[in-house]
Amino acid sequence: MTIKKIWLITSLLAASFFISSSVLAEKTLLNVSYDPTRELYQEFNAAFAKYWQEKNNEKITVRQSHGGSGKQARSVIDGLEADVVTLALANDINAIAEKAKLLPEDWQKRLALNSTPYTSTIIFLVRKGNPKGIKDWDDLARAGVSVITPNPKTSGGAQWNYLAAWEYGKQRFGEDKVQEFVGNIYKNVPVLDSGARGSTTTFVERGVGDVFISWENEAFLALKEYGADKFEIVIPSLSILAEPPVTIVDKVVDKKGTRQVAEAYLQYLYSEEGQEIVAKHFYRPTHTKVAEKYAGKFPQIELFKIDDAFGGWKNAHKIHFADGGTFDQIYLK
Amino acid sequence: MTTITFPLSADTQKQRTTQEPAWIRILLIGLTLIFLTLFLFIPLISVFYEAFKKGADVYLAAITDPDAVAAIKLTLTIAAIAVPLNMVFGIAAAWAIAKFEFRGKNLLITLIDLPFSVSPVVSGLIYVLVFGLQGWFGSWLAEHDIKIIFAVPGIVLATVFVTVPFIARELIPLMQEQGTEEEEAAVVLGASGWQTFYQVTLPNIKWGLLYGAILCNARAMGEFGAVSVVSGHIRGSTNTMPLHVEILYNEYNFAAAFAVASLLALLALVTLALKTLIEFRNQQHQQRGHE
Repeated sequence: MTIKKIWLITSLLAASFFISSSVLAEKTLLNVSYDPTRELYQEFNAAFAKYWQEKNNEKITVRQSHGGSGKQARSVIDGLEADVVTLALANDINAIAEKAKLLPEDWQKRLALNSTPYTSTIIFLVRKGNPKGIKDWDDLARAGVSVITPNPKTSGGAQWNYLAAWEYGKQRFGEDKVQEFVGNIYKNVPVLDSGARGSTTTFVERGVGDVFISWENEAFLALKEYGADKFEIVIPSLSILAEPPVTIVDKVVDKKGTRQVAEAYLQYLYSEEGQEIVAKHFYRPTHTKVAEKYAGKFPQIELFKIDDAFGGWKNAHKIHFADGGTFDQIYLK
Repeated sequence: MTTITFPLSADTQKQRTTQEPAWIRILLIGLTLIFLTLFLFIPLISVFYEAFKKGADVYLAAITDPDAVAAIKLTLTIAAIAVPLNMVFGIAAAWAIAKFEFRGKNLLITLIDLPFSVSPVVSGLIYVLVFGLQGWFGSWLAEHDIKIIFAVPGIVLATVFVTVPFIARELIPLMQEQGTEEEEAAVVLGASGWQTFYQVTLPNIKWGLLYGAILCNARAMGEFGAVSVVSGHIRGSTNTMPLHVEILYNEYNFAAAFAVASLLALLALVTLALKTLIEFRNQQHQQRGHE
């Protein structure tokens, strides 16, 4: 083989790669979301594209990106051009508003129900037969129980988990003992994954841990994917009403000229069709009619709101998850 | 021509060099084989087994899925940009180090090795810190609507950074060994700089260059850490094959995850075959040099 031949082949190969990778330009939206919503938005995006095509005769592709909620917010702050963000908790969107000024700080007032089209809660997933006899939050603090939960520093779901445990501890043992109680739970955690889906894989696929503190939808999904013969859901006596909010990212949609379709996309989440898809993927719908239809699907739990128990996300974040907060005090000890 | 001691030259001497009794040799060979089987062959086979477990239809569907095709194209594009860039850089760096004397030469050699010693996550983060919206050039780039991070350029940058040492590292010892005599002769005979490079230097280093390019290519296609940081994980747009494998795996889509993983494994096997071929050709080349 001569050198000329080698160069010829190399350049031909390179040229063919470039030609094949040229992409046709079309209108796209980017939805940056948190970990467990992958399946939900896969179906919802297809439905929305169809709806938009019928209504406006325009083709739209919605792309998705998933990861731990805090990590995703960080990416948007660093320049990931999300038209809409659908994250696990309001505080991550607050961070985008505060640190990158990509959207107004009062974003949560823009859409109905505090910009929360669907809700969820935190429950437990245990192995079949519940061999460790886990019934409620206090069982997680027992010695010898291995607990799986993601890292509250990067995962939104993990922050809901933490706050639910905290509130239970506060009501059951009082203000003085609550930090010790939550600390005992976290002493039982062998691995802190960065996102909820990573934790699900750790518990379900790798078989680590006795109990997984999980999003309700994530637990139902694991049951569906693996069959009810391997796992069981345990409903605690008290849990938190998780409100994963959605919003458009103003600076991005104005630059890309996608404000109209981005707003329609979020509105469609509130519509009856959107809410049907939401319920199908085990999120609790907020649309009255759809909520009634699927009422039997979701377990009855006593749910408390973060605004009532912790005085809102900003406050909860400052006390518990900011540097030096209660989580650091517990985990760095 | 001077003798070339090439790092990948095979031992051509066939005579016995060990005096150990047979059982020690068998034990050592056996242990190596067991180790290789446990840590290399079984995982490799399991990738293909898992990929085809649900049948060829599922396999085909997984690798023809639009997001998978986009990931494959992106990975090939990245490699097609990163490898030629590093070839140019590798030759230039090796040329400068091997053929010239200058201050700070050792520092330059050390710097070329930097990507090997830095964690890939850091390699990705440095680009976020420099080109990210909150980074040094972030606002300027945003004003001019230039996207680097969370787009193809960022992934190329991260990949190039991680794969810089492969070709340069391969060429430096080779060119140092060869010295400057042939080039000097060419120049004395009236060859221009480009002629000298094309007709004297390049033929001498071509096998080393190709070997480095293949290693560089393998890493460029397989890089996960650095790319994961700058990718933004947009399906069908900025997901490379390794990232796509992770996504599919996390979606309980094991057959599809292993199908895409098997493609990556295939690429690795092709790379290995090419590498062996090049070693073989190089050996022949050397033997001709000796005659």
